[in-house]
Amino acid sequence: MIWTPLLVASAACYAIKLAGLSLPQRFLGDRRIQRVVPLLPVALLAALVATQTFATGHHLVLDVRAAALAVAAVAVLLRAPFLAVVAAGAATAALLRLAL
Amino acid sequence: MRSRRSILRDALGIAIATGAYALSFGALSVTAGLSVAQTCALSLLMFTGASQFAFIGIVGAGGNPWAGAATAALLGTRNALYGVRLSSLLDIRRWRLPVSAQFVIDETTAMAIARDTPAESRYAFWATAVALFSLWNLGTLIGALATQALPDPKALGLDAAPPAAFLALLAPRLRAREPLAVAVAAALVALVALPFVPTGVPLLIVAAVVVLYGIRPR
Repeated sequence: MIWTPLLVASAACYAIKLAGLSLPQRFLGDRRIQRVVPLLPVALLAALVATQTFATGHHLVLDVRAAALAVAAVAVLLRAPFLAVVAAGAATAALLRLAL
Repeated sequence: MRSRRSILRDALGIAIATGAYALSFGALSVTAGLSVAQTCALSLLMFTGASQFAFIGIVGAGGNPWAGAATAALLGTRNALYGVRLSSLLDIRRWRLPVSAQFVIDETTAMAIARDTPAESRYAFWATAVALFSLWNLGTLIGALATQALPDPKALGLDAAPPAAFLALLAPRLRAREPLAVAVAAALVALVALPFVPTGVPLLIVAAVVVLYGIRPR
């Protein structure tokens, strides 16, 4: 069942936005919060890249997704737009599967 | 007014780029196994890109949807800091507060804070919010419907594309040494934890480690 966690997560994301606009400045201005919050997306996105590329279930694996990520990384370095980066990764995986 | 016209042009440019990015969200969400309705609900209700991609990525990888929900919320915490910066710029009282809140995201904040007057900030915030919300949801719907019509999205490699999306979201945040080191460490911690805990949980471990690192005394 996906609907319940989907709606709860959406409500949480909204509550976070609302809290930023309404909470007293001194709370969210706390030095530790200012340090942790910008690092969270960096750490979580990096962990998502790693786990979704190099794992299937509970097993570490090396497959076409690693090549797809490498091509996507080149696209990022070339400052390609978002859609082009995703398309480059998908196309790499599709072509390698056809070839292998 | 000349500056308003240029703000509007920038807002439309951002919204069009984001609409293209929404196409890929819609496509990857349906490939991950969500329905078109669930995909569109995410864009309408969650409306914060990285969180949406994390939710569908974890569900698509066979993770517990609640781990996806927790990760989405953690990724959304930065919007609270944007709200702090915006609350002094935008005139948000009474009914405007709950409506404005939904639109507090990276793009609207970036557009609103770089202005000379509060009036221009408000205009930039709302111009970006309306254009982006419209095209984000339209792009999501088109991407989801198009992918649903495909006989086999996996033949196009769409199931292998989420890491590319996460990398594209991550890259602009890596312009200093500390975030780069945090990213490498987070990736390693997640891979080390992965064989031993339920799918999706490595992300929560990473979040806990980052919080401890950030609040350490020094």
